[in-house]
Amino acid sequence: MSWPPAIAGLLVLALWQGAVWATGVPAYLVPGPIAIVKAFLAAPGFLLLSLASTLVVTFTALAVSTVLGVSLAIAITASRWARAAIEPWAVALQVTPIVAIAPLIIAWVGEPFAALVACATIVAFFPIFSSTAIGLASPPPELLDLFRLNGASRWATLRLLRLPAALPYFLAGLRISGGLALVGAVVAEFVAGAGGFASGLAYRILESGYRLQIPRMFAALVLLSLAGIAINAALAALGRLLLRHRGEA
Amino acid sequence: MTLLSIESVARRFPNGTEALRDASLSVAEGDFVALLGPSGCGKSTLLRLIAGLDAPDAGALHWQGGPPGPGEIGFVFQDATLLPWATAEENVWLPLRLRGIARAEAQPEIRAALARVGLQGFEGARPRELSGGMRMRVSLARALVGRPRVLLMDEPFAALDEFTRHNLQDDLLALWRDTGSTIVFVTHSIYEAAFLARRIVVMTPRPGRIATEIASPLPPQPATRFTPEYGALVAEVTAVLRRSMS
Repeated sequence: MSWPPAIAGLLVLALWQGAVWATGVPAYLVPGPIAIVKAFLAAPGFLLLSLASTLVVTFTALAVSTVLGVSLAIAITASRWARAAIEPWAVALQVTPIVAIAPLIIAWVGEPFAALVACATIVAFFPIFSSTAIGLASPPPELLDLFRLNGASRWATLRLLRLPAALPYFLAGLRISGGLALVGAVVAEFVAGAGGFASGLAYRILESGYRLQIPRMFAALVLLSLAGIAINAALAALGRLLLRHRGEA
Repeated sequence: MTLLSIESVARRFPNGTEALRDASLSVAEGDFVALLGPSGCGKSTLLRLIAGLDAPDAGALHWQGGPPGPGEIGFVFQDATLLPWATAEENVWLPLRLRGIARAEAQPEIRAALARVGLQGFEGARPRELSGGMRMRVSLARALVGRPRVLLMDEPFAALDEFTRHNLQDDLLALWRDTGSTIVFVTHSIYEAAFLARRIVVMTPRPGRIATEIASPLPPQPATRFTPEYGALVAEVTAVLRRSMS
């Protein structure tokens, strides 16, 4: 963390607070930063529990996306038939607006947690899948020749060449998917929350909106942003750790 | 004794390029052959045919004692093409590993191969910690470790600076003298072919074919570089190459 973003952020917060004071706009329209912090401190456990619930959905979806994305990427790398069969559906899933199909998924799946995870997975799956597939195809032809010359099986080529070569690509995809899983989880919670399923930060946002507790709504949004930034930073750190020895060869 | 005889092989790629026409060549055990020619003359194609990475459309390759099996061809590419995530030792282990030889068992061979290319003490180094020349040495050790029947090299030193290239050429020559390996070496450098090879096979492009063959009378040692005989051989090869191009 460097200073410029912190200073810029503080400056914006100060201007925001100053503008709220100066114009006297009521907190149920635009709350100032101080009101938002106060709303959080009034019931911190309440919001943090909801955040935890959203994060459980997010990380479960990220884990499912990793397993699905990597296995399907291996499948399309191994077989032309599998590529033709899988790729169009993966793209179709990627371009389907989750808001449109979330109500259906929630109705079909029934069990709320599984439904939320399913929605978040649909959003988060694609970057992991497509970047891992590109990574599996990334080894230079010379290295593939070398494996051939030494009689390597497809399994050995996958394990010793394609998978390690795909790691940086997978990690780049995972970092994008991390943010998307959070967005997917929140969108699904919105839909589910509107249907009365009370859990997660999105439900708190909805509920605070209904009750005109706008500072609390903002507090929930701020928590969501912080969670997104933390997930991104954590996945970036994971990438640096796993790739610390890599370089050009 | 003849290790490999290539009998009028031809290769035309699906895009219509005639990469090789009626090419014949024999390689004796312990030979050091340079395939020399400008780009597009089919020298790399011929090397891939020898490696078994590609098959000829016509003609045949006859190996003394049958075609080579897995691991019996050592191949060095233009780039070092090491596994960037693996140490020098792990990279050299690779050909043995693919044949199911455990690391502990392979260790003496790996150490010996790295020592032979002057890299003792660098077993744990990763490619990014090594210079271009050292990476190429690891690549050479990887090609040697399985004691291949023939060592195929595809312009291996073309991307290196001149100083590093000279060092590697000297060391390759010493290695060839000491081990008696059979080497087929592709290059577009007349100087390199004249310095290294015992036989210089001159190739011409479109279609790729073998123009002629020149035997080198020079002693295989670093001092050769500075002799008038070396200059004379370079001049002779240059003249032959010019004649066959026109």
